Amino acid sequence: MSLELLELSVRRGGVALFPPLSLQVAGGAVAAVMGPSGVGKSTLLDAIGGHLAHGFSLTGRVLVQGRDVTALPAEARRIGVMFQDALLFPHLSVGDNLAFGLPAAVRGRAVRQAAVEAALAQAGLEGMYGRDPATLSGGQRARAALMRALLAEPLALLLDEPFSKLDAALRGEMRRFLFGHLRARGIATLMVTHDPEDAAEAGGAVVVL
Amino acid sequence: MGQALHQVSRLRGAVLAVVLLGLIAPILVGLAETARAAFGVLPALGLNAWSLKPWRMLFAQPGFGSSLRLSVVTGLGSTLIALALAVGFCAAAPGRMRWLPPFLAVPHAAMAVGLAFVLAPSGWIARALAPVMGWVQPPDIASVHDAWGLALMLGLVVKELPFLLLVMASGLSQLPVARQIAVGRAMGYGPGVAWIKLILPQLWPLIRLPVWVVLAYGVSVVDMAIILGPSNPPTLAVAVLRWFSAADVAMILPASAGALLQAGLVVGCIAVLWGAEGVLRVVGRWWLRRGGRGMSWAPGLQLARVGVWGLIGLAAVALLSLMVWSLAWRWSYPMIWPEAWSGGIWMRADWGKALINTLVLAGVTVVLSLLLAVFWLEAEENLTRAAWAEALIYLPLLIPQIGFLYGLNVVFLRAGISGGYGAVVWAQALFVFPYVMIALSEPWRALDARLLRLAAALGAGRWRRLIALRLPMLLGPILTAAAIGVAVSVAQYLPTLFLGAGRIATLTTEAVTLSSGSDRRVTGVYASLQAALPFAAYGLAALVPAWWHRNRRDLRRGGV
Repeated sequence: MSLELLELSVRRGGVALFPPLSLQVAGGAVAAVMGPSGVGKSTLLDAIGGHLAHGFSLTGRVLVQGRDVTALPAEARRIGVMFQDALLFPHLSVGDNLAFGLPAAVRGRAVRQAAVEAALAQAGLEGMYGRDPATLSGGQRARAALMRALLAEPLALLLDEPFSKLDAALRGEMRRFLFGHLRARGIATLMVTHDPEDAAEAGGAVVVL
Repeated sequence: MGQALHQVSRLRGAVLAVVLLGLIAPILVGLAETARAAFGVLPALGLNAWSLKPWRMLFAQPGFGSSLRLSVVTGLGSTLIALALAVGFCAAAPGRMRWLPPFLAVPHAAMAVGLAFVLAPSGWIARALAPVMGWVQPPDIASVHDAWGLALMLGLVVKELPFLLLVMASGLSQLPVARQIAVGRAMGYGPGVAWIKLILPQLWPLIRLPVWVVLAYGVSVVDMAIILGPSNPPTLAVAVLRWFSAADVAMILPASAGALLQAGLVVGCIAVLWGAEGVLRVVGRWWLRRGGRGMSWAPGLQLARVGVWGLIGLAAVALLSLMVWSLAWRWSYPMIWPEAWSGGIWMRADWGKALINTLVLAGVTVVLSLLLAVFWLEAEENLTRAAWAEALIYLPLLIPQIGFLYGLNVVFLRAGISGGYGAVVWAQALFVFPYVMIALSEPWRALDARLLRLAAALGAGRWRRLIALRLPMLLGPILTAAAIGVAVSVAQYLPTLFLGAGRIATLTTEAVTLSSGSDRRVTGVYASLQAALPFAAYGLAALVPAWWHRNRRDLRRGGV
């Protein structure tokens, strides 16, 4: 699994936000994008994931596992996203949040429930299927959000300052947990961050916009 | 992504086509038909030549000049009074205003009937004063239907004040009020004058259009003017309605000219307000530069506060009087309470059919309006907002109903759909859809867009994002919009009367008709029911999401 950007550039009103970017992230590697605020880091992630708002235009190509996904809508790209907030869907229970990510190809109520329960157990959230997401702690929410993203079986993952809202103690723990899972599953990951420690821990290429 | 955008554009094209053909075209066609008749062309009567005769007939109608003056004075006057009170109230720290919704929900006609019950010479106020004044009979004062239209103005102020307060509260929530007031006070300005000098100029652009809607409504109101306004001559809109329904069909000519004039009158009044805004902007800047701290202003703001609470109290008493009259058996003057109570009128009055008609019309109209609003908002995702189309939504609220509904009915008659439920639903939707759309668009756009991006990244397509995420998360706002739609639908008088060809009786048409009759108890039954339906809708809109999301803390607090 790999994520490849070829001469990728985003324009707004004819003005390019950053010079054309080419980058290859191998499966299991975590590349970091750094740079000052407002330089277009989040817009870069939007472009890769297929979430660009109206008014932006894109040149260049995005390849996932060698397949060109540039023309596909976000839901067909198999590129997951995670933000600084866990953003669990507030109207669903914790378990149903995870089930939302599980592909429909996994059939049968019992099978699906078992898959969700197993993912909850991996995240240290045993027995929390029916819980209201608003009642979880910050760390629990972040882990549930990661499991939801992983259950969708993404080929690549985009992280938008994933640890910036966690306190220092939790940050290190969450980094190890997240990167461990991504390496184990061989998912190509691109992370936007302000924190040099994040980039160092990720151990992949660092792009400065 | 190109393909997805293409799909969105197609959806938006379809939505805009429905709005243009379904909502805007009828208004233009109705206006055109009215205008034709206003200039003498009325093929149904064999008139095919353009002429100014309708206008000469209009100007020759007895009391025409007074009608015109009454419309302007009551419409402009009530709007300015309500606006001044609302500004004064908001300047003096309004609080959360949780008491607003019931007063917003009550239909105009029900409020007018209740006010008539309170204000009439035999009403509650006169009964309370009777022992002091020594009245043994109702005094001979025209306290309702007075020739100056004071009762009508009072009714309009009572009903529009809650709406203006709501609009202001929603505008204020977008401004950093507390910090700017703090800055002003630190420079020695009184809190009230700091509000007027700093906040009001920023607030006005946010409330200008709703104020225009209030003004347009006040100048051209029909149901409230029949119940509270002067009867001979009445306001222009009521006079036009009388001419339209006169036995002599030739009266359609001056009626059409009057209907067109009514539309012009609204435009003129809005232009006056716009001009006043320009003058005030210059005067206001001069006033601001003088730097007066306005410490002597506080009493004026307190007065506005007292005025608002007085009017809200009056409104509450008016609503109570509807219930009391509907349950009174014997209630002779000058007793404060009925001597004998009975539910007999409720058992005898034949309100079942009108209730069912009202419910069916409200249900169908609101569901259609909600569907259109949801598709509109969904079609806007990832596209720029169509500002011109959004402005068009306000058109039905700014053009007086009497200006185009008669002409629209002529067209519907030709198409053979007048007098049916379909025609009435269509006509009501012209006014229900704008309010549903206005109520739903703010919470819809406020939903965190990242939630939907996340869902797309998890592989959820457009429809799944709408049905599994957006709609359930917005259950509360959707039901609130529906409740507002029910209140608007229940309150419709002219669309039901004209497009139903007088054959479809609703609680509102019955209440207005009965209000001129003798038996207050029967009127009380209809007006109580009319007021109760929107209440029930608002209640459900609050209870259902609270129950549905009872185990979801983030949604129970109302924020996403």
